[in-house]
Amino acid sequence: MSTIEAPRSPLKPARRRRGINVEKWGWIYMRASGVVLVVLIFGHLFVNLVAGAGVKAIDFAFVAGKLADPFWVVWDTLLLWLALLHGANGMRTIVNDYANNRMVRRLMLGAIALSTIALITLGTLVIYTFDPCPAGSPANLLPSFCPVR
Amino acid sequence: MIIRKEGSLLPQNPPDTLASKPLSTPKISFPRRPAGTLYRGREGMWSWVMHRITGVAIYFFLLVHILDTSLVRLSPESYNAVISSYKTPIMGLGEIALVAAIGLHALNGLRIILIDFWSVGTKHQRLMFYIVIGLWIVLLAGFVPRQLMHIFGGAA
Repeated sequence: MSTIEAPRSPLKPARRRRGINVEKWGWIYMRASGVVLVVLIFGHLFVNLVAGAGVKAIDFAFVAGKLADPFWVVWDTLLLWLALLHGANGMRTIVNDYANNRMVRRLMLGAIALSTIALITLGTLVIYTFDPCPAGSPANLLPSFCPVR
Repeated sequence: MIIRKEGSLLPQNPPDTLASKPLSTPKISFPRRPAGTLYRGREGMWSWVMHRITGVAIYFFLLVHILDTSLVRLSPESYNAVISSYKTPIMGLGEIALVAAIGLHALNGLRIILIDFWSVGTKHQRLMFYIVIGLWIVLLAGFVPRQLMHIFGGAA
């Protein structure tokens, strides 16, 4: 007895995908990071643009004062990683939607990946190797807690 | 119409054609545009369009913003020199555009999450769009006057 193939069988059986579903986790990441970013970014905007003298108060001493506090170190690290990965994944979606040339698409996705890795590395190094009182800098540019040299 | 044929009564035409024919073929009107759906033509589409535009704009600002903030690692002088360009009137207005873009993207993003996860989210997506616009106007009503005071108010 011979078996007859079921109608509408694909020429090749659908390959069972193993491992993690990247698109699914990307979709979940956009929503999970989005909720956290709403809090982080509105907090960031309030402290830097609204409170006190707003944007005119921002200078090296202001940033150094913030980054001397572990609270803002954690805040800014989360902001850097979550926002840049959220933005890069969004750009990846847009490139996949509109780049209909295979080569252009791969180049753009590569550029997004490279810039994301470079900026996350740079930003993380800046936050964790930062010295709020760099030697040899004029005291009037430094935060008030720096020792007088 | 019934005719006598070989002694029996037979209908000449099938029964559905016995009724009088319509005088003219009824016209079927096609809509000139495809009907609106969740993602086409109306609030759903425009919120999607705005989400993309604001998202790309915020992304490119973020790239620049990471680079300019990284100057704190170089020297206080270089950071202060670059950050002073953010304090000019033109950039002050640019910050209003930035906050407007972030506010719309954030509020509409929360709307998307509710559409995806809330059991009646899709049903209320249009109402939620107008709630997003309302909250966005409230947000800007709070931020814009404050920012204009900061950039044009004189006192630092």
